[in-house]
Amino acid sequence: MGTTASQLAKDSLSEYQSNPFKTRICQVFSTSEDKDGSLTFEDFLDLLSAFSDSATLEIKSHYAFRIFDFDDDGTLDCGDLEKLVNCLTGETEDTRLSSEEMRQLISNILDESDIDKDGTVNLSEFQHVISRSPDFVRFVLLSETF
Amino acid sequence: MAQNVNFDLSHPAVEAGLESPADENVVHDSFSQLIAEQSQNEGLSDAIELQHLQGNPDDDEGRDNVAYLSPSENRGWRIGSDEAAEEDNETQTDSLLKDRWSSATLKILSSMPSRTIGRSRGAIISQYYNRTTELRRRTQKRASIKDFSRSARPSIRGYGVEVDTTDSAEKKQERLVKNLQDLSAVDRMRMLKEMPLNLSEKKDLRRLTLEMTKRTRSSSNLPCCSYLKFQIILALRHSWYSCLSFLHSLQLWQMPLKRVGGRFGSGVLSYFLFLKTLLFFNVFLFLVLGSFLVFPQAVYLPELPESRTPFTGLELLTGGGYFSNTLLYYGYYSNHTLPNCPKNNSTRPECDSRSLSYNMPLAYFFTIGLSFFITCIILVYSMSKSFGQSFRIDKSNGMLAMKVFCSWDFKVIKRSSVKLLSENICTQLKELLGDTHHRLVRNTILDKLIKLLIHGLSWTLCLGATAGCVAGIYCFSDYMHKKQESSENDSEDPGLLNEASLLALPVLVSFINLMLPILFQLTAWMEKYNSPSLRTFVSLSRNLILKVSVLGVLCFHWLKRVAGSANDDKTFKCWESFVGQDLYRFLVIDFIFSLLDTLFGELLWRLFSDKVLKRNRRPGFDIAKNVLDLIYGQTLAWLGLLFTPLLPAVQILKLLLLFYIKMSSVMMNCQAPSRPYRVSQMTTIFITLLCFPSFLGSSVCVTYTMWRLPSSGSCGPFRGNKTMIQAGKQRIAELVDENRSLSFLADAHTYLVENPLFLFVGAAIFLIVIYFQSQVVDGQRKIIALLQEQIENEGEDKKFLITRLQSVHERKRTPARNLTSQDSGC
Repeated sequence: MGTTASQLAKDSLSEYQSNPFKTRICQVFSTSEDKDGSLTFEDFLDLLSAFSDSATLEIKSHYAFRIFDFDDDGTLDCGDLEKLVNCLTGETEDTRLSSEEMRQLISNILDESDIDKDGTVNLSEFQHVISRSPDFVRFVLLSETF
Repeated sequence: MAQNVNFDLSHPAVEAGLESPADENVVHDSFSQLIAEQSQNEGLSDAIELQHLQGNPDDDEGRDNVAYLSPSENRGWRIGSDEAAEEDNETQTDSLLKDRWSSATLKILSSMPSRTIGRSRGAIISQYYNRTTELRRRTQKRASIKDFSRSARPSIRGYGVEVDTTDSAEKKQERLVKNLQDLSAVDRMRMLKEMPLNLSEKKDLRRLTLEMTKRTRSSSNLPCCSYLKFQIILALRHSWYSCLSFLHSLQLWQMPLKRVGGRFGSGVLSYFLFLKTLLFFNVFLFLVLGSFLVFPQAVYLPELPESRTPFTGLELLTGGGYFSNTLLYYGYYSNHTLPNCPKNNSTRPECDSRSLSYNMPLAYFFTIGLSFFITCIILVYSMSKSFGQSFRIDKSNGMLAMKVFCSWDFKVIKRSSVKLLSENICTQLKELLGDTHHRLVRNTILDKLIKLLIHGLSWTLCLGATAGCVAGIYCFSDYMHKKQESSENDSEDPGLLNEASLLALPVLVSFINLMLPILFQLTAWMEKYNSPSLRTFVSLSRNLILKVSVLGVLCFHWLKRVAGSANDDKTFKCWESFVGQDLYRFLVIDFIFSLLDTLFGELLWRLFSDKVLKRNRRPGFDIAKNVLDLIYGQTLAWLGLLFTPLLPAVQILKLLLLFYIKMSSVMMNCQAPSRPYRVSQMTTIFITLLCFPSFLGSSVCVTYTMWRLPSSGSCGPFRGNKTMIQAGKQRIAELVDENRSLSFLADAHTYLVENPLFLFVGAAIFLIVIYFQSQVVDGQRKIIALLQEQIENEGEDKKFLITRLQSVHERKRTPARNLTSQDSGC
């Protein structure tokens, strides 16, 4: 859609340079054929509307799920959860969790959120966890609310 | 036969060289690779047919009977899969097949609805098709059964029809568009807004929906007047939307708040949002009181009793002197109908027309009551809304999953703050993990005893310090009061020193408010708490006890001592004005001390820490302490509303200055909080604190003043040595006497408000409503438990079916393998 001149490469989004999810955000919202994570204007609008404060909880949780689903298979399995926790805790050595702690964390998460006990967290289970947390909507916002 | 299977793809039970029925030599160990391969094979995907397993591998990719895996739609979504395929070829030598599921089973698993909802556009369309069908069924009336003939098939009757899922994507889209058409415009917009699809796809859907609607509508010709009305309504709506967007861009302080949120996160932002909320409360109070009390009184100025003292700069601090006989205080307001026209003298120009008469005492009475009432309603509404957001019905201990999924603050953009946020999250996760680990570790009795002792000691210390300071305030206020009385009796001219000595009590109180929380913090350092939220609660409750007791003793001082010593000679001739001046002084000195606290606590501490200690850590912004200070200031403003109608204006100025000072101080001197801060919970607590101790306390004080205390004889709208309520009732009686038509008000008042039966019935209804709500919540909890069990059972069913499928595949494959091995053995 359009030429390469009308595409926004993911490096240009300076707001998100330090956001650990920047690659995933670009990939989720990108509709380009080359799968390089570049965004057209309409993709950028999609991104802003998903992160705005008038987007419903349903939309936010859907896109958050897709951002966290690193291998795009529709569920959050152990690999996805591990990558997610590593993104959250940062890249430096002293903030990373040890493998023992990671294993325990992932098994605790699956215990709490995997209702049908298939070893993965699908979209409905994710939305169920999100709906219990009032902080989610507050955080996934680009602008503050009154 | 269902085993306890694990769908974990890193299962150690591997079978080397497992051949899938469809693709012999390719090994699959992840769904993403599977999906990528399906996209590479452009052929049609068919449903799985167990009989064709030994057939040609090229046409049987595994038939999926869900049509929404057509490649053209899904190509854009499987971005990571190509990379995964390459990775997999490299690591194939390292890790053998990790799972014992065959590729056919994996294909089935990957195309299950619970998994495709998260990634496939077609699945979303079919999900929303189902939702719109349900909505349509609910909103539109179905034709009743009697209208159909008896022999009609159920599908004609319109219920019990199962949606056919074997349609292609285009047909599903058509159906969705048709459903959307049938909904009302509001529902349609809401559905479209909620769909998590691309903007271009939503635009397509809307265009298709409107096209079809236009087609059906263009057949009827609208008469020209309704067409004109239509156009006018459209134009109005368009202008309303552009007006709304303009108003949205005018929001107060949008850029500074964004900057603070981006740098410090939502915790510090919530302090500034709270400040903004208080500002709007005060603006509302100022508008109400200004338009109903100050403005009429300013237009019809009363006669000045005595000469005014000249203006010196000290009035800004003490509120006395030049300010004492102005609109600022209660004593200035007249106690009769404005304009004040004595019967004989008609030289004043306003007395010519009696059409504009304004009953000041009644206006004062009702304005104060109305402003408190509306503030109460707004507070209770915002408290209930905030409480409803943070209260969850099922009390499961799902803390860890919630923390992992919900704790990333997407607002934060500065690199160092992001780093801090990551550290924060890491600490929280480690703590939570450690909690679950060490819960089994038992402390010895000695440890417990020592901990109990330390807690007891620190609580005793804090409460003792509070009690000591409160007693000090009591004695000092007594001393100042006596000194004030004696000084007024002695000399005529107050003198500048006397005016300045009025500031002593506010300075003492603000000093205690500044120093004692530091003591509390020091004692909290030596204590050890199990969880950080417990620590926050304990410190919050200690500060709250301090502030409540300080305000309590001050109220006692004003309402009992000052009001009680009012007499008609010089001393405390107008006690309400004196109390109003005292409150003004407290507010101003509180502001000065906040400035000093910001200066010393943040600026100097940062300079000290940078230059002398050479550390890189800046002081953190203590959110709870600052919010409690704001609540304290607002309580003073509410207390003073009756005595100083212009006090909201002073509070507005104070809040505006405080915003800019705190904002610049935070940006220059502080760093993001290093301890975790649960925003929603703390915001709910702060609004509750604003409502309950703060607003309730001030309204109780004001009610007590109006009900019990005799007003002073020579100043204010209620002069005459009666309580304000009695004076108000007398005024109302006079008014009713003048206009007979208003007598129903008096009757209503007698029968409703003063009748105790009404109150009992009201309280009983309230309690019944609460009981019903609690029963509903109980029932919902039970239903949640049942549904969770049901989902677990469905999960077991799923596992069972998949295992059976797998075993059937294996059985079909092993004869084939036996055949080939026999061939090779020959």
